[in-house]
Amino acid sequence: MTIGEEPLDKQTTENKKAKIVKIISSVIDKVDQNKQVSLNSIMLQLRDLLVVIEEMRYEVSTLSPQEIKGKHIAGATDELDAIVDATSEATSVIMDACEKIQEKASGIGGEEADAINEEVMKVYEACSFQDITGQRISKVVRTFHAIETKIDNLVSVLGIKVKDYIDEGDDREGDDRLMNGPQLPPEAISQEDIDKLLAELDEAD
Amino acid sequence: MAVDKNMNVLIVDDYTTMLRIIKNLLKQLGFDNVDEATDGTMALEKIKAKPYGLVISDWNMEPMTGYEFLKQIRASSEPYKTVPFIMITAESKTENVIAAKQAGVNNYIVKPFNAETLKNKIAAVLGDF
Repeated sequence: MTIGEEPLDKQTTENKKAKIVKIISSVIDKVDQNKQVSLNSIMLQLRDLLVVIEEMRYEVSTLSPQEIKGKHIAGATDELDAIVDATSEATSVIMDACEKIQEKASGIGGEEADAINEEVMKVYEACSFQDITGQRISKVVRTFHAIETKIDNLVSVLGIKVKDYIDEGDDREGDDRLMNGPQLPPEAISQEDIDKLLAELDEAD
Repeated sequence: MAVDKNMNVLIVDDYTTMLRIIKNLLKQLGFDNVDEATDGTMALEKIKAKPYGLVISDWNMEPMTGYEFLKQIRASSEPYKTVPFIMITAESKTENVIAAKQAGVNNYIVKPFNAETLKNKIAAVLGDF
């Protein structure tokens, strides 16, 4: 394969790995068993090895490691942070409401207040989900960082020169460009901003 | 001996929501004197400054974990060395429970937990109330 062709599929990559092992084994065997092996023969096999390694380097570079780091992993981490913030905020509101309900219940007193408090306790218990999900998400973020490190190591070991990731924008077309899901806080606009924008558009009509 | 519900209780967790949950559950159980800390270092300062009848702590916190906090308490020669200590944590591996037990924990609650579990574990440590 030459530079510029499509990357190889998984099966082909496996075959290449097997090929490298076979070439190395062959060279070692020849050196070990037959001292009369020609230097030329070894050089030819090493050249084959070089070709396979170069092809693998190219394949790794086509994975766009900087894009994986700069766009996909960074984006996923931001989304996860936003989940933690949003659930934390929601839980806080639920807890505020529960505390107010308990205050009201203490004014009522008696069995009715006990029954209300019992139910509010169940809400408190359920709110502990936020702690658990937060910890689980932190573990996922740590995994992402570990993947980043592995990518860096792989790129370094294979001596691949990669360009810094530059966000080239959204390459989707038509209505697809409007399908983005919830926005992260810096990109999201408030309902107040939306109302203002709609009012401005109404005035312009 | 009856449990003195006026005792000072120290709860330690880096999630403020969890502190609120535990504090409200304790209040419901009749414990009103509850102080909060968000990691072992802050908890250690509090326990040095005031006597507590019970410590309820998370494990996974920074800079000082609940486990380290427990070890420092138990290694101390101060009166708080023997304070009843309940660990409430998402760390649910056997090795964690064993390590905590060896460090001197009195009981261990795995998150998520409910009010009944908290009550039962406090009763197991302090006696029925």
